[in-house]
Amino acid sequence: MDLLTPGIGLIFWSTLIFIFLLIVLRKYAWKPILNAVKSREERIKGALESAEEVREEMARLKTDNELIIKEAKEERNQLLQEGREIKEKIIDVAKGQANDEAKKIIEAARVKIESEKEYAISEVRKQVAILSVEIAEKILKQKLADKRDQKQLIENYLKEIKLN
Amino acid sequence: MKNFIQRIIIGICLVFPLKGLNASESEHKAIEDKEFNANEFIFDHIADSHEFHIATLPNDHHITVPLPVILYSKKSGLNIFLSSKLAHGHEYKGFELKDDGEYKGKIIEHTEDEELYVPLDFSITKNVFSMLLTAVLILWLFISLGNTYRKTGISEPRGIQGFIEPLILFVRDDIALMTIGKEKYEKFMPYLLTSFFFIWISNMIGIIPFFPFGANVTGNIAVTMVLAMFTFVITQVSAGKDYWKHIVAMPGVPFWLAPIMIPLEIIGLISKPFALMIRLFANITAGHIIILSIISLIFIFKSIFVAPASIAFVLFMDVIEMLVAVLQAYVFTLLSALFIGLAVKEEH
Amino acid sequence: MTGTLAAVGAGMVVIGASLGISRIGSHAIDAIARQPEASSMIQTAMIISAALIEGVALFAVVVAMIGI
Repeated sequence: MDLLTPGIGLIFWSTLIFIFLLIVLRKYAWKPILNAVKSREERIKGALESAEEVREEMARLKTDNELIIKEAKEERNQLLQEGREIKEKIIDVAKGQANDEAKKIIEAARVKIESEKEYAISEVRKQVAILSVEIAEKILKQKLADKRDQKQLIENYLKEIKLN
Repeated sequence: MKNFIQRIIIGICLVFPLKGLNASESEHKAIEDKEFNANEFIFDHIADSHEFHIATLPNDHHITVPLPVILYSKKSGLNIFLSSKLAHGHEYKGFELKDDGEYKGKIIEHTEDEELYVPLDFSITKNVFSMLLTAVLILWLFISLGNTYRKTGISEPRGIQGFIEPLILFVRDDIALMTIGKEKYEKFMPYLLTSFFFIWISNMIGIIPFFPFGANVTGNIAVTMVLAMFTFVITQVSAGKDYWKHIVAMPGVPFWLAPIMIPLEIIGLISKPFALMIRLFANITAGHIIILSIISLIFIFKSIFVAPASIAFVLFMDVIEMLVAVLQAYVFTLLSALFIGLAVKEEH
Repeated sequence: MTGTLAAVGAGMVVIGASLGISRIGSHAIDAIARQPEASSMIQTAMIISAALIEGVALFAVVVAMIGI
């Protein structure tokens, strides 16, 4: 049938027209259009990606900040702790020193008191000896007027010595 | 509403040859002699012709636009003249346009030895004219669009861009990327886009029923054959090693089956573009035949009362044809891309 | 006579093709209803297979037309 037999003229012209369309449109239409569409898509993609990057950066910065704050807090606490410890140590040292000093002073005072006491005691002994000698002199002067009495006394003394 | 339908009827009456409707009493007899032949009417409109027929007046006078005839014959060489010289069976330089018989619609050459000779006919026929028109339209549309893109760069689409760009993206994403794949689709984009828009706009122009439009371009087997040939050639040229291996020696098939397998593969090879060719041709031609048949009903029944039903139906068919126009462009492009994709695909 | 036979043949082809295409359509709609997220892939597959059936039908129609 005529409808199903392709004519040579139409084949020729349609090939020609189609090739012409293909070549011209490829250069002047499809290339710029597809390139523009592609670069636009890439730009949108790039913008989205960079937005995502910025978001991540922000999140990172935030965690960094938190970390820094935490560290600072810890450091402060540590410093305070250390200060407290140093204070206590200083106080302890001071107390110890004060104690030692006091002890020393007391010791010195005690030693002095001891020596004074001894001196005083020896002085007192001296006085007592003198006194007792004087008293004894007087008593002897009085008592030993009698000979028997003298003898008695000497015997008593001897007894005492024996006992000692 | 009634007014509207009347206007459409009048419009249709102006576009299509009227026989019987406008006939006055005196002319009635003459028209009775020439019965309305729906078959002839439809196939005249579907077939290609050397002139652009606009209307037939009641006094049997045809309003036509002559188109250039370009003939090449071995005897007289190249001849170029207007088709009006051959109208009404006139002979010009020994050429005659037959309007019946074996060479119906063809130009034949009379030679001295009284033998009929059919020269090679490269005429700008109705279809070629319509194709040129389509080409000009497409070139204008897309080159201006390309310039807009070049100028505005990557800013958001404006105006006609907003209408065309989704179609281009559709061809790229839903046709090329889906069937050919990410690596190789770019090479075939110009062909797919060109064939999609060429077929679509040709189909749409074919639906418009008045003068510079209305030619049955994509319903002509020569045109669809050329389009299918392009797909075929591109498929074969870009085919990878695996494609040929599958044809020559199908993996996993014993070698003694080769005498059966190779012819089968070759039939498969050829039937693909053949189906493309027939599909587009038959779809568009069928659409034109249906619309013209429904119009013909008015003249077959010779009654104006059939007209409203006919027109409602034609309106409905026209809308369907617009859908078919884009669907067939899509199917052709999709199947072309599919065949190319199968050919370029490499085995993993 | 051959014309009439061709018309009958074309009609029979249309019956077969429409059965095939209607099956494709109904199953595709089933599949889309079941998996709406895969609808674009199903649509493409549907159109491809419908086009293949249509191709067979059109072959037969062309053969019928040659018979006219």
